[in-house]
Amino acid sequence: MMAGARRGGVIVATLLVALLLTVLPMPDWALPYRPPWVAMTLLYWALALPERVGVFSGFALGLLLDVLAGSLLGQHALSLAVIAYLAVTLHQRIRQFPMVQQMLLVWMLLLVERLLYVWLLGATGQPIPGFLYWASAASGALLWPWLFFLLRGLRRRFRVA
Amino acid sequence: MSVLVHPLYAVAGVPDRLLQEAQGRLADEEALRRQTAELQRENLRLKARLQRLEALEAENRRLRDLLGSSFKLGERVLIAELLAVDLDPFRHQVMVDKGETAGVFVGQPVLDARAVMGQVVRVAPLSATVLLITDVEHSLPVQVLRNGLRAIAQGTGLPNRLELVHLPKNADIQVGDRLVTSGLGGRFPAGYPVARVVEVRDEPGRPFAIVLAEPLARLDRAREVLLVSPMSAGQRGATLADGAAQVSAEP
Repeated sequence: MMAGARRGGVIVATLLVALLLTVLPMPDWALPYRPPWVAMTLLYWALALPERVGVFSGFALGLLLDVLAGSLLGQHALSLAVIAYLAVTLHQRIRQFPMVQQMLLVWMLLLVERLLYVWLLGATGQPIPGFLYWASAASGALLWPWLFFLLRGLRRRFRVA
Repeated sequence: MSVLVHPLYAVAGVPDRLLQEAQGRLADEEALRRQTAELQRENLRLKARLQRLEALEAENRRLRDLLGSSFKLGERVLIAELLAVDLDPFRHQVMVDKGETAGVFVGQPVLDARAVMGQVVRVAPLSATVLLITDVEHSLPVQVLRNGLRAIAQGTGLPNRLELVHLPKNADIQVGDRLVTSGLGGRFPAGYPVARVVEVRDEPGRPFAIVLAEPLARLDRAREVLLVSPMSAGQRGATLADGAAQVSAEP
């Protein structure tokens, strides 16, 4: 493949859509269950192309998310960088897993992200949210297969490498 | 950096705006005419009240002049619209479509048509983030309208509850009392309505009374908000901060 035809634009576009989905208005009852679109998209690209998307992308993306969501600058950045690191480290193994096992692992990674985030909330003296706070990791894991096949389809269609 | 993400807010607001647009276009003539008539009636009523208020304000100022206190009234308001975006679901924050370029500043009080909503906590060039009074991190100095009793109204994290903390059990406060801002914190101008007391409870094991209030502002439904800033023209140019300091220094 030619240099320059690596189609980084597709990655950026999917991440932008994920950021958009994060602030899109939803009915009030559904808010706690909003899947962590940004974390999931980041996980997919870190698993599929670990040499292109990794800790640094996670950090930069996290900063954008912090500005977008109005959280403390660097809070999402740290948690996303850590799960990007875990995904890059484990990518050889996770790729071999059947889908159910992959969902469980994604759930664990998303929980790790939530855990780091709530730890930072506590460490910086912000109020700790209630039990529903953890629900988004589960809804993210349940939606993982669809996101996975969608993004894989996009990656193959546009030959992102 | 917040300029970087502003387009995302704009795009996220598109479905909501389209919906509104559609509603506006589909509304029939009869409904519009009714609405106009109603608004005209309300405008007339409000104008009448405003005349009386202006007279009262002038009288109040004259009396205060006589007392030698330099309490200053008069604020400028800026109307802003909420951006249709969702932020952290566990905090009570909203975004408005006016920012630094429109003169919005951190700490600026935000009202809706009925009562106090919150204050600006972050300002970007084209948008600002407002912390609502019901957020767990927000406290507001208030006063009971009936007898002037001062208290602190803290957010509870529930959209329709404020808690008045550290009120002694024999405090003169009862269900139905109206709470207004006291202006003591220096952030909010004095005298704006805030909430209505809905529950006063005395639990034997607790050192203070438990007093709950319901915000009067429609925190979850308002679309337009008012951003208040102190008037800077002429001798009415005191900032809120020293206005409040002077109030608290009064005997």
